[in-house]
Amino acid sequence: MLDPDTLARTLGVALRSGGDFAEVFAEDRSSSSARLDDGRVEEVVSGRRRGAGVRVVSGESTGYAHTADLSEAGLHDAAAAAAAAARGTPGDARVVALERRDAPRSHAVTVPPDTVDKARKVELLERADAAARERGAAIGQVSAGYADGRRRILVANSDGLLVEDEQVRTRFSVSCVAVGDAGLRTGTEAPGRTVGFELFDDLAPEAVATTAADRALTMLAARPAPSGPIPVVLRRGAGGVLFHEACGHGLEADLVDRDASVFRGQVGEQVASPLVTLVDDGTYAREWGTYAVDDEGAPARRTPLIEHGVLTDFMWDRLRADKEGRVSTGNGRRETYQHLPMVRMTNTYVLEGDDDPDDIIADTPYGLYCVALGGGQVDPATGDFVFGVTEAYLIEGGRITEPVRAAQLIGNGPEVLRRIDAVGNDFDTWAGTCGKNGQGVPVSSGQPTLRVAEITVGGTARG
Amino acid sequence: MADLDAPLGVARAVAQRAGAGEQVEAYVVRSRETEVSVLRGDVESLTVAEQAGVGVRVVVEGRQGYAWAGSLEPEVLDETLAEARDNARFAAPDEWQGLATLAEANSVEPPTLALWRDELGNVPTTAKVDLALQLEAATAGADPRIRGVESATYHDAALDAAVVNSLGVEASTRRTSCSCGAVALASEGTETRTGYGFSVGRAPDELEVETAAHDAAQRAARLLGAVQPPSQRLPVVLDPLVTGSLLAIIGAALNGEAVLKGRSMFAGRAGEVVAATHVTLVDDPTDADARGAAPYDAEGVPTRRTVLLTDGVLEGFLQNVYTGRRCGAGTTGSAVRGISSPPGVGARALAVRPGTRDPEAIVASLRDGLYVQSVTGLHSGTSPVSGDFSVGAVGLMIRDGALAEPVREVTVASTLQRMLLDVAEIGSDLTWLPGSAAGVTLVIGDMQVSGA
Repeated sequence: MLDPDTLARTLGVALRSGGDFAEVFAEDRSSSSARLDDGRVEEVVSGRRRGAGVRVVSGESTGYAHTADLSEAGLHDAAAAAAAAARGTPGDARVVALERRDAPRSHAVTVPPDTVDKARKVELLERADAAARERGAAIGQVSAGYADGRRRILVANSDGLLVEDEQVRTRFSVSCVAVGDAGLRTGTEAPGRTVGFELFDDLAPEAVATTAADRALTMLAARPAPSGPIPVVLRRGAGGVLFHEACGHGLEADLVDRDASVFRGQVGEQVASPLVTLVDDGTYAREWGTYAVDDEGAPARRTPLIEHGVLTDFMWDRLRADKEGRVSTGNGRRETYQHLPMVRMTNTYVLEGDDDPDDIIADTPYGLYCVALGGGQVDPATGDFVFGVTEAYLIEGGRITEPVRAAQLIGNGPEVLRRIDAVGNDFDTWAGTCGKNGQGVPVSSGQPTLRVAEITVGGTARG
Repeated sequence: MADLDAPLGVARAVAQRAGAGEQVEAYVVRSRETEVSVLRGDVESLTVAEQAGVGVRVVVEGRQGYAWAGSLEPEVLDETLAEARDNARFAAPDEWQGLATLAEANSVEPPTLALWRDELGNVPTTAKVDLALQLEAATAGADPRIRGVESATYHDAALDAAVVNSLGVEASTRRTSCSCGAVALASEGTETRTGYGFSVGRAPDELEVETAAHDAAQRAARLLGAVQPPSQRLPVVLDPLVTGSLLAIIGAALNGEAVLKGRSMFAGRAGEVVAATHVTLVDDPTDADARGAAPYDAEGVPTRRTVLLTDGVLEGFLQNVYTGRRCGAGTTGSAVRGISSPPGVGARALAVRPGTRDPEAIVASLRDGLYVQSVTGLHSGTSPVSGDFSVGAVGLMIRDGALAEPVREVTVASTLQRMLLDVAEIGSDLTWLPGSAAGVTLVIGDMQVSGA
């Protein structure tokens, strides 16, 4: 993307007025997407964004500047602006010798999306629309989206690191509206992976459409969700969001460092049920949150966070790791070159347990069975979190009975983690976009079917 | 004449390249931003940036194509126009599709709004850093129970944007914005509570740093000792910040595109009573005090005041050129967009007509209730399509006309349809918030509160 000599000179400019560390992050991102709505392909969209950000760290302060101008002059301007912002104490100019490092990938992309004709992408949407409408006359509206992106990044820093990565992601989504006597209900399904067009080798648009349509149709018969604390069984895959919110954010070292995590000082302590082993794994082949190196050039890793309920580690970026005299866990990420990196999750999941998922349900006299979630939110400083269920059923007498309407569930991370009393031997993941301080990055979460002995369900049914 | 590098000049140059039988629209934005984050009395990060971008829309025989780029280099503009043209080949033809015409753009006079402050450009970065440091210190010192400040930030932006299309429509706008915000950490024993305070303006001297600090500290400290109350049905008093978020969701259901496509709980209900009789809801981007104020919309059509609900009756919906043509109502100048997609429809400045009593008088009039200070999960537990509404909440119980013990780990739930009909009172404390709505204290007469 940029030649090493230009990068070395830019780093020299960045450190001219002092500073402990300097970095150039360059990014070239191209994307294409297509949308079908209301029975019509509405438009195909192409996008291109390229630029570089220069970071200068001086003590505990970071200066940052970015530019869409990748000429040497443009990079030097950004470097000078970042250096001024860092307000370092002038020292000796440093000469940086860059050494290119390889970034081993967990898997290869076999069909780059930019080699695929746009007509084939559009055709997937039409197939999804037809399949969704076939599910029944009550399907009143279908919207389908195809999106791919190629993100090439380069990181060069004053430690001499020079590394590049290419991340290709493809996603397909379908949202349906079902129309019934009681009003409108919705169903959405949106699988995505860090792969190219080969996503569709084992993912039929019809299957995504059917899941979304059936979800909307099911909700037509839903009655109000319960109100108050009850046992909750989370089906494999969807419930991973619970861990993302209940403890994932609280295990990000930047929040720990600013004393905004309930898990601060808890390493080595029992923070969850012994049934829980949680990892963050940026090397998980094909998953939505996977990459070879993070946005600071550190290799992705598999980091155990909780083992048999005991907190083993946090997730780290370079800044926080440096402060503690350790190495980054490859969790330094940013949305685009226009953003500073911070600690972010990749693919965060709970390992399988021993229970048969059917037995977990059979062993639950009364509760809520959650099949699809709509995301969540946490205040990491207090551990209080919520997540929304968009497809859920009552469990009565050990059997799944009626569907219930969408509702929010609320709990406290450390309390809910201790109340997990069954973990199944199945597993699945769920792709989403995680937002933190205004930056969105692709992540996945995963878990086996599991049960929380009690959590507050925020429905409207009178108790 | 504007200089060629200004957004208007760049947009003109692209739109002028429309061929025979082709409509071309260019949307060009340039911005300059400063962002300061401080921690423990020192600058944690300082970001300075200039950005530019272009979005090009091409319509040929009712087929729309779109492309965008984060640069205004001549070869990038060429590529973007070529991509948009190519993309148009793949869309299905749609008789209503097309760019704003001069007739649509001249249907009303654009308002004259003072959204730009020259003085922002003269404020040195050190003054912005000092403001953030002052905010952090004021937050930490506002209450003895504040043990730390999770974040204290300052942000400003100066934005210059233009839309030009090949049918002769031209619009350009400039605006500055400025904000600061802090999250306070209050502690007692092992317990921690958080509170947010902020201030917004168009230049730094409009920011009320002390108010933001006080709000953050007070909102954190007053939650100390919070418990989970039992589940019950109660009147709920929404803080102005919460009302602002609620209005934004209701605004999504008043979007003409959602209505046309059968994705709104209000579809087919124009002329009906959908809210309590004292609810009048207006979107008015011509009010310069609104954070979303703008003279033109994202298609170059002048904005205007649009009445959505009058005394509880649904009057109409927000429209852009496409939805306005298709439903026959005409555009209301409500096209909104980012750079990376063609224009959609959205509210910019929603507000309900305020009532006569201030929040203290409202609370004093209630025997029992729940005062909701802030909510979580707005995007996972609510839907403008079905009307489902269930969110996490923290706040204070109301007992015998006074704020009482703090509560946490509760949800409040109803449906949006029910909530609009259950609006029992609207406060007099209307205030414009960041985003597309104004806040005001709002009483919902009956909601399900889920707790222990």
